[in-house]
Amino acid sequence: MDLTRRSFLKLAGATAAAATLTGVGLRKASASTDEPLRIKYTKEYFTVCTFCGVGCGVICNVRDGVIVNTEGDPDHPMNEGTLCPKGVAHYNVSYMFDEKGKPKPNPNRLTKPLRRKPGASDWEEMEWDEALEAIAKKFKETRDETFIEQENGVMVNRTDAINWLGSAFCNNEENYLFKKIISSSGIVNFDHCARL
Amino acid sequence: MIDYKNSDVLMNIGGNTAENHPITMKWIEKAREERGAKLICVDPRLTRTGAVADLYVPIRPGTNCAYLGGLTAYILDNNLYHEEYVKHYTNATYLVNEDFDFDNVTGLFSGVEDDPDRNAKAYDQSTWQYQTDEDGEILTDPDMQDENCVLQIMKRFYQAYSLENISEVTGCPIDTLEESYRLYASTGDPEKAGNMLYAMGITQFSHGTQSVRSVAVPQLLLGNIGRPGGGVNAQRGQSNVQGCCDMGILYHILTGYMPVPQRDAHPNLDAYNEAVPEGGYWVNRPNFMNSMLTAWWPEQSLDVAYQYLPKLDGTDRSHIGQYYRMGQGEVKGMICWADNPAVSGPTSGDKRKYQALLDWMVVVDLFENETAAFWKAPGMNPADIDTDVFLLPAAAAYERNGSKTNSSRWIQWQEKVQQAPGEAKSDLWIADKLFKAIRKEYEENGGVFPDPILNMNWDYGEEADSGKVAMEINGYRVADGQLLSSFGDLRDDGSTACGSWIYTGFYSDPDNPATKRRIAEKEGIGLNSEWTFAWPANRRIVYNRGAADPQGNPWNPEFPIFKWVDDQWEMMDVPDFNANIPPEESAESAFIMLPEGKGRLFANGHGGAGGTSNDSPMPIHYEPAESPVDNLLYPQATFNPISQRWYPVEEHFGEVEDYPYIISTYRVTEHYQSGIMTRNMPWLVETMPELFIELHPSLAEEKGIQNGDMVEIESKRGKIQARACVTSRIKPYNVNGNTIHVVGLPWHWGFMGMSQGDVTNDLAPSIGDPNSTIPEYKAFLCNVRRVG
Amino acid sequence: MANSICLIDPAKCMGCRGCQVACKQWNQLPAEQTTFTGTYENPPRFSADTWLRVAFREHDLEDGNVDWYMAKLGCMHCTDAACMQACPAGAIYRSDEGTVNIDEVKCIGCNYCVTACPFHVIGFDRLTNKARKCTFCHDRLVNGMEPSCAQACPTGAITFGDRRQLINRAATRMDQLKAAGNPNANIYGIDELDGTAMLYVLADNPEKYGLPADPQVPVQTRIWNAIFKPLRILVVVAVAFGLWANRAETKEIEQAKKGEK
Repeated sequence: MDLTRRSFLKLAGATAAAATLTGVGLRKASASTDEPLRIKYTKEYFTVCTFCGVGCGVICNVRDGVIVNTEGDPDHPMNEGTLCPKGVAHYNVSYMFDEKGKPKPNPNRLTKPLRRKPGASDWEEMEWDEALEAIAKKFKETRDETFIEQENGVMVNRTDAINWLGSAFCNNEENYLFKKIISSSGIVNFDHCARL
Repeated sequence: MIDYKNSDVLMNIGGNTAENHPITMKWIEKAREERGAKLICVDPRLTRTGAVADLYVPIRPGTNCAYLGGLTAYILDNNLYHEEYVKHYTNATYLVNEDFDFDNVTGLFSGVEDDPDRNAKAYDQSTWQYQTDEDGEILTDPDMQDENCVLQIMKRFYQAYSLENISEVTGCPIDTLEESYRLYASTGDPEKAGNMLYAMGITQFSHGTQSVRSVAVPQLLLGNIGRPGGGVNAQRGQSNVQGCCDMGILYHILTGYMPVPQRDAHPNLDAYNEAVPEGGYWVNRPNFMNSMLTAWWPEQSLDVAYQYLPKLDGTDRSHIGQYYRMGQGEVKGMICWADNPAVSGPTSGDKRKYQALLDWMVVVDLFENETAAFWKAPGMNPADIDTDVFLLPAAAAYERNGSKTNSSRWIQWQEKVQQAPGEAKSDLWIADKLFKAIRKEYEENGGVFPDPILNMNWDYGEEADSGKVAMEINGYRVADGQLLSSFGDLRDDGSTACGSWIYTGFYSDPDNPATKRRIAEKEGIGLNSEWTFAWPANRRIVYNRGAADPQGNPWNPEFPIFKWVDDQWEMMDVPDFNANIPPEESAESAFIMLPEGKGRLFANGHGGAGGTSNDSPMPIHYEPAESPVDNLLYPQATFNPISQRWYPVEEHFGEVEDYPYIISTYRVTEHYQSGIMTRNMPWLVETMPELFIELHPSLAEEKGIQNGDMVEIESKRGKIQARACVTSRIKPYNVNGNTIHVVGLPWHWGFMGMSQGDVTNDLAPSIGDPNSTIPEYKAFLCNVRRVG
Repeated sequence: MANSICLIDPAKCMGCRGCQVACKQWNQLPAEQTTFTGTYENPPRFSADTWLRVAFREHDLEDGNVDWYMAKLGCMHCTDAACMQACPAGAIYRSDEGTVNIDEVKCIGCNYCVTACPFHVIGFDRLTNKARKCTFCHDRLVNGMEPSCAQACPTGAITFGDRRQLINRAATRMDQLKAAGNPNANIYGIDELDGTAMLYVLADNPEKYGLPADPQVPVQTRIWNAIFKPLRILVVVAVAFGLWANRAETKEIEQAKKGEK
């Protein structure tokens, strides 16, 4: 990945190139002003917007492992640096500004596996290992109790008692793993939000 | 979408591109600026798209098929169709069975029968089939004069869709209708390209498939499919809804749109592979199917691997059906991945109640969504709910690696930018660890038929690597692991493995995979062929034989994506046809995925392919299931007689006396789907802080409602509250002499997050289109009153 | 006058508010608590944390149709800038790039600029007692980047570029809008306040977009500027003292508020 200095120049260069194409001359940086750009010395990553299906390019500027700025990718042919309000607001998924303008993590992001036990009126935190084991046991129990191996003389390898919803939020690789899991364990109540 | 800049006329119907796909407006603006293109916006409500459109056409919610049927009639009556395209690339010349018939009183086609299992009707489609000679060759009339040819059948059928009738049905003034038809039909000129953009305002009806077909039919008549600036463009609402379908995340398909095996029809692999369509590209399906089985269970024989696959028993397993059977107590567990049906599903209040019947439930999300927190919903008592709920913290899009596929089928790689907060993990990590945990349970404790789980190929490393998964999806040669670059290389003998055949080539070079390419087009028509990889085979425009005439000359010399010169093709895109045969021959199968190779103006499921029109061969107007008016075109018809039902009609639907207003639901720019992300993003909450209802000043006055007042909205299925937005942008419609009011609500709110509100979909009915089972969110009935 | 300006073309604006959120994102401004008041326009006014707003204005027509206008509003960076004339502390200055900016160090929090601005775009931060407003993304500008609102805009409703060329473009667009049936199409920002760095080409009268028809520097500001400002050293001292007292009070109020929580 490019270091900030280069990426900043690249950004500036991209803007200048676009400007040249449309015949617009930008005023050069003033020598009298020594105003630093706040994305100086950040690492620049290219990513794809997480919202609608257009698939716009988004640049994330990262300093010390933390996003400090998100804006449209000028090199991306789909959006050419532009973005809608959701695309522009990516930063808010992780961070927000308090009333003094200081960044803080979005307090509503989930950071621990949670469980609400039957009848309980609140969540309790748990460890990943515990959560995965508990879910796997319940999964197996339900599957084994309701499994239909043969029907009408055909091997149908099916359970009707587990529903699984995949997601248009997940990547192709993630959804592909879902498909493999449900196909091997016999889940047929399987859909996602494209049906809605 | 960049291709929109090449259009001459764009019609946005059943969609709101400015609000829900804002960046596409960039390219529409470019078309307007550089080509003088016109944008027509057809919508019941003046949206932000309507505000910037050249022509705004208001129609009553639920009358898309009538409006577009009127366009078809206008094109046919005035001979405005693109004759050469229609003759060669569509089935207009084909002769249909002489017994095919339509009753314009009942609104039913020949072959109708009762379907008591579904409490609906169904069709025996034998009279819808083509006439054939003794050798099975389809009979045609190249002059399109035979009374049984498709074009003549359509002319008769669409007589009812006159300007006068359509104006009555839709409530749109005749002159506006005619102006929009004249403008759009101007793209029948061979050099012009018209572009239809739609989204859920077309699909979310109990006749959704007919609405989509009613978009496709005028596009075929005007010769607008398969060419730059043209097309039927379904604007995808989510960043990877396309890829999700490509990976088979729907109950009825495997990866790459291969059908899930049916118990009775496909008891074994031979039966499955013999059941391919009679012609078209799908005859190669066994190569793709057997490669998928090899990728999944490489150590087993193909037959055994096929036996492992679950088989369907004919029960509907779609979203509504799943929840319906949860309500019947048949479902014990549920895994819900980054999805929020307690807000997004129809009749969502019932859905939350059904979840209380589950033994266990797992939800994976970035935020605590309403589905996971259903036991906190208004009216729920947690002490009474025995469901064991797990809520797992997930990483956001830019906190994980992987590919996703946009509306243009571009498979774009997304980079991990930062660590997810706390112990949040990528979905890939969670899925991998979960499967390993399940497998461990079976390894250690045995269980019922564990073979498919234990034998499943699962080799992505200790911490799953998305690159390794991508290589399996791409496909490889089993003998040496060589990655494949074309699905033409796939074989049915177990020598090749491939997760999803349509993705072959997207990750064939592990060091520099096509999906990571970033070379934007400098000059050209916007295909951007070196930017990532577009499935299939990096083709940017599908069915692109349609871009040139039968002799191989581009319809519009400005866009020579294919040109036959000196006995060969000059090509700018990857051909979606056999480029090794003369153009006159490939012209005969321009629609290569269909057995007859022709765009279907008349859909009859010929040859076993594309049988997705169970309810009508030609797009037809039915009212929504809840409608304040009769079907003005067919006196004895009401709503789609074939539609998919789960609940008794008389209990589930309200009467117009109690619920006199049409309600339509939609989205706004500032929020996203069920809102669980954007309602937790302060900048977006600031711009759209609360749930609101849009209603006309005359209705507001009648009800004593002021701007900003709290309003109660009630349907047969639920009751919610929202703030009033009194606006002339949502007009009443004059239908058959009556004034009918329309109200509209976004559906982004729920009871969790930084911005909370009632769940609009509590009001929506659970009825489905008979082909896709999509619910009817866009037109149903309600009543409104001021609160307090 | 700025050499580089923005041309705002509301006929191309679809009200997506990419610019509004981009402004907050780049300038690190927190979100405000808002309510839905019956219009999409939100927040309802400019503030220390809201420097750019998109107007949503509906106009019923005689034929029963509706014009729904949207436009980006914010600091105009006027040549004849009322805020600069009103500021007693010399905190508001014109940069080398022609933009009008507030030096927060020099700002004494007197609020005079807030009341003087004919566009009501200056916000006042009660926590710091400073006036704040759009900077034209001056930090981006001097580093060769366009303002974040212009970069975000998907449809070309906000274009950043050379002033002369954008004025020519505005003239062409005005002709196009007139030809398309908008007899009132006009250019706004050439003559107004001797020229503004936010230039508009409007399809209809300025008021219909929430812009004042004839923006003026308030008379009292002119008098103040001409007569009293030469004595401003004295004034600054006096005002600063007054504010010091005021600030102490503000602090007390805040502490009281915290106490309530």
